[in-house]
Amino acid sequence: MSDSTVISEGALAEGHHEHPPYQRHHFESVAQQFDATNFAMWLFLLTEIMFFGGLFMAYLLMRNWYYQAFVEGSHHLSIFWGTSNTAVLITSSFTMAMGVWCAQTRRKAGLVLCLVLTFILGIMFLCIKGIEWHGEWVDHHVPGLRFTDSDFINPALDADVYHEYHDRAMAPDAANKTEMYFFLYFAMTGMHALHMVIGISILVFMIFQATRGAYTEGHFTFVENFGLYWHFVDIIWIFLFPLLYLVSRHA
Amino acid sequence: MSEPDAYEYEHHIVSPKIYVAIFVSLLCLTALTTAASYVEMYVFNVVVALAIAVIKASLVVLFFMHVKYSPKLTKLTILSGLFIFMGLISMTLSDYVSRAWGRW
Repeated sequence: MSDSTVISEGALAEGHHEHPPYQRHHFESVAQQFDATNFAMWLFLLTEIMFFGGLFMAYLLMRNWYYQAFVEGSHHLSIFWGTSNTAVLITSSFTMAMGVWCAQTRRKAGLVLCLVLTFILGIMFLCIKGIEWHGEWVDHHVPGLRFTDSDFINPALDADVYHEYHDRAMAPDAANKTEMYFFLYFAMTGMHALHMVIGISILVFMIFQATRGAYTEGHFTFVENFGLYWHFVDIIWIFLFPLLYLVSRHA
Repeated sequence: MSEPDAYEYEHHIVSPKIYVAIFVSLLCLTALTTAASYVEMYVFNVVVALAIAVIKASLVVLFFMHVKYSPKLTKLTILSGLFIFMGLISMTLSDYVSRAWGRW
């Protein structure tokens, strides 16, 4: 027997102490494993901040450049639906947080209930978003597919919005820039909705797993890290909502 | 080994009471930001709306995402990410404002 074999066997014997089945061999302890995966999840979320950050940067710049077009474009969104959707998404974040608590305290029924509620609220959010998108389709406010700026050259055409805001008529070259507002609106809410769809798909998988007893036997890392993703998507909406719907009301 | 045994490892569990409190605060702040948008405040409409959004996001990050109870490494990572994001925004803006073809 060579010296190197002895050393490696010795290291193995010392390093391989009792641990739960879900602890990977290369981690010293469950705590270390959890911190490492949690850290990795945060690194992923930082790349997501940079991803959405580009869209926020574009919005900041374009709103300054084409101020009137962005203000009057924003007047065609529904503050009622926007506020409702914010409430729905915040509630879904709350049920998700409760789901993490259920997983941590090993409550199987509670975890399944929370995940199902989060799923339903996520679907509700997308339905409300769909109602709004449908409205924009009807009003010819979908850039590239079905767009006209006549509402902005002659604001009185849309009686409801005109009654509420009394928007000034814009020259055609300025009114044309409302397409940029709606482009960014669809890019930002669309990317956000795509993240919701991905989250909802993972939720379906988790509900299926949770009914079979997963996550409630001490190993809840997956639920916890999915929770981080879901809350992150919530935070994106927390910024989209005032920027797209609210800040231009009085401008 | 001085580290606690794997089986005895206690994860910090945030209590449902805190979650409920944060949930109610977030709903109140949502109502507040919508109400504030109906008040004429000139440039401060944007400032107030974004300030409320930052407060809401902080509540979500600190409590729903457990960052208040996370290791220093996580906190530092998030802060450095936000710092770099702010740096990228300010550098991009400083480029746009200083261009001859810019709209400023």
